[in-house]
Amino acid sequence: MEYILEVNNVVKQYGDYTALNNVSLKVPKGSIYGLLGPNGAGKTSLIRIINQITMPDSGEILLDGEKLSPDHIGHIGYMPEERGLYKSMKVGEQALYLAQLKGLSKTEAKKQLEYWFEKLEIKGWWNKKIQELSKGMAQKIQFVVTVLHQPKLLIFDEPFSGFDPVNANLIKDEILELRDKGATIIFSTHRMESVEELCDDIALIHKSNKLIEGKINDVKREYRTNTFEVGIVPFNLQGFLANIATTEYKSEKTDFKTLDDELKLSITLPQAGTSSQLLKYLMEHGNVTYFVEKIPSVNDIFIKTVSQI
Amino acid sequence: MSLSLIIKREFNSKVRNKSFIVMTFLSPLLIVAMGALVAYLAGVNKDVVNKIAIYDTADLLKDDFKDNANTKYVDLSAMPLEEAKKIASEDYAGLIYIPVTDSITQLADSKIEYLSNDTPNLEFVSTIEKVANEKITKYKLKQLGFDYDKIEEAKTRSKIYLSKFSGEETHKEGSIIKIIIGGLFGYLIMMFVIIYGNMVMRSVIEEKTNRIIEIIISSVKPFQLMMGKIIGTSMAGILQFIIWTILGLGLFTILSSVFNVEMGATAQTEEVAQSMEGIQLYISELWKLPLMTMFISFIIYFIGGYFLYSSLYAAIGAAVDSETDSQQFLLPIIMPLMLGVYVGFFTVISDPNGTVATVFSMIPLTSPIVMMMRIPFGVPLWEVIVSMVILFATFFGVVWFAAKIYRIGILMYGKKPTYKELFKWLKY
Repeated sequence: MEYILEVNNVVKQYGDYTALNNVSLKVPKGSIYGLLGPNGAGKTSLIRIINQITMPDSGEILLDGEKLSPDHIGHIGYMPEERGLYKSMKVGEQALYLAQLKGLSKTEAKKQLEYWFEKLEIKGWWNKKIQELSKGMAQKIQFVVTVLHQPKLLIFDEPFSGFDPVNANLIKDEILELRDKGATIIFSTHRMESVEELCDDIALIHKSNKLIEGKINDVKREYRTNTFEVGIVPFNLQGFLANIATTEYKSEKTDFKTLDDELKLSITLPQAGTSSQLLKYLMEHGNVTYFVEKIPSVNDIFIKTVSQI
Repeated sequence: MSLSLIIKREFNSKVRNKSFIVMTFLSPLLIVAMGALVAYLAGVNKDVVNKIAIYDTADLLKDDFKDNANTKYVDLSAMPLEEAKKIASEDYAGLIYIPVTDSITQLADSKIEYLSNDTPNLEFVSTIEKVANEKITKYKLKQLGFDYDKIEEAKTRSKIYLSKFSGEETHKEGSIIKIIIGGLFGYLIMMFVIIYGNMVMRSVIEEKTNRIIEIIISSVKPFQLMMGKIIGTSMAGILQFIIWTILGLGLFTILSSVFNVEMGATAQTEEVAQSMEGIQLYISELWKLPLMTMFISFIIYFIGGYFLYSSLYAAIGAAVDSETDSQQFLLPIIMPLMLGVYVGFFTVISDPNGTVATVFSMIPLTSPIVMMMRIPFGVPLWEVIVSMVILFATFFGVVWFAAKIYRIGILMYGKKPTYKELFKWLKY
């Protein structure tokens, strides 16, 4: 597999405090990559190093196979968590300035800017000052500024915070479109719903260390507990409950939403058990109305991993 | 490439700022208007005539007090003292009381009094003393058999002509010009450093509080951003100074031509001729100064001093979150500037090539000010060069140091750092 970004054994210390302890990551090309971790885990430190805002104490970073250098600045787009623009500068002028800092020529920047303004229906804002815009409007400008120079790698730190649902959706669609056009996107977030929805790969950073990395499904598979949520109308309720207690299946009463009022259990398979064996067993004892594997959510994995340490 | 972009943006954002525009065009008008107001007020005072009462029953001094444009003496000796005092306290500015003595000589040992409601100005008091002293001296001399008029005749008023070993003639007026020009340049550098250094600091704080800083430095190096800011701001400042100079000269020309017309109409020709001669003397002295050296060294010291200080201002701006937090760090910057100006005014004037002045014109934090004040008096070239070399060496050191603090500081939010923490940042 080709990787757009490889982080190899990066260490960063601030005085006595270790912000990143030997962290390695591989971000596949064309993916949406979720960089997860609680506050203070080291996500921002890592992102700053990728953006060459700070330098790592040791370790190296490869962008598209090349060692990261100032020439790569134009290939990366970064939207920090703390959004900011010059308040008293006009929208168009400001976007042009920031794009030119990324290495775009003025005419090219203008062309791109017109494209995006058209696309997001914000054409009338060109000569407005940021301080005249609402927070959500300013966020849109911030997004445009981030993607204007058509970077290969986009880094969004908490991209949806501050957007209303309509605009958040709009931005989400734009991000997916950018991915389809070949850009790679790194999300840094602790909002798990968006991760489930968008990310192909995830990495979990906690207390300066990387704990998990991989395809989201691989990670989930690794964290699966072989637990099934089962809805059943037993032929003989007492008999069934007594019987299942003698088996290797670990069961407990649980609750989930169904239409009927059946017995709801969560059943964990024994080491060697398979789902079809379980289903067969259940069918012998009643009408199975519901049978779903309980897949760990990213949130579960996150909380489980973080609280272990 | 990006440096020039940053410079352009900084320059534009300063120059387009409303308060900048207002300040640029209003300040010269305000200064001229203030000057005119002061001149007018001084003139108003001049037209007031003070009436002074004299009580001199023995007729010893009263004829010696001569009326002039601002004072008029009135003899009240005819009435009783108490009444004279009463009238004087109501209608007169004051009363000179001369005691009755047998002869003028005894007057020296008796008490001449001046009574008034408020404290008289010192000049007036010394006028009274002078009148009394002259009269008594004259009288004593006469008693001793001297001819006062002959003594007057014999008095000599010699004048010292100053010149240099190199042959040029100088005048006392030349020293005044040197003090004024040197002081002006030194003061200008200090003002520029404070005004535009602060502007640099504010603009750093603005970027930090706007949080745009992270976007910018993901595109350019913090050092580039800092230098772009400093250069862009200084260019806006230089533009402002040029406009001020042009406006100032224009206004000055207009005003002086207006005043000249007025003066020609009223003033006595002799006075005008005298003042014209004086002005010409000053101008010729001005041309004798090493103007080219001064101009070139002004530019160099200006750049060196401004960059040295404004990089410190930038570092402070990066270290704090708001302007109010910057006070404790600003003090160590303002101090050497003030010191430079004070040392300049007190030691350079009394001894331009003395040890104190020389040392302070070498210390990089004060040298732009102090050396600029010394140069009009003539400073050996090597001293100027050494001082400039030290200044620029320090400049690079300080910029390195400031850039380090800046680089760390702009990403630090929250609590105000201590000096200890700033020192720690240097090692990051």
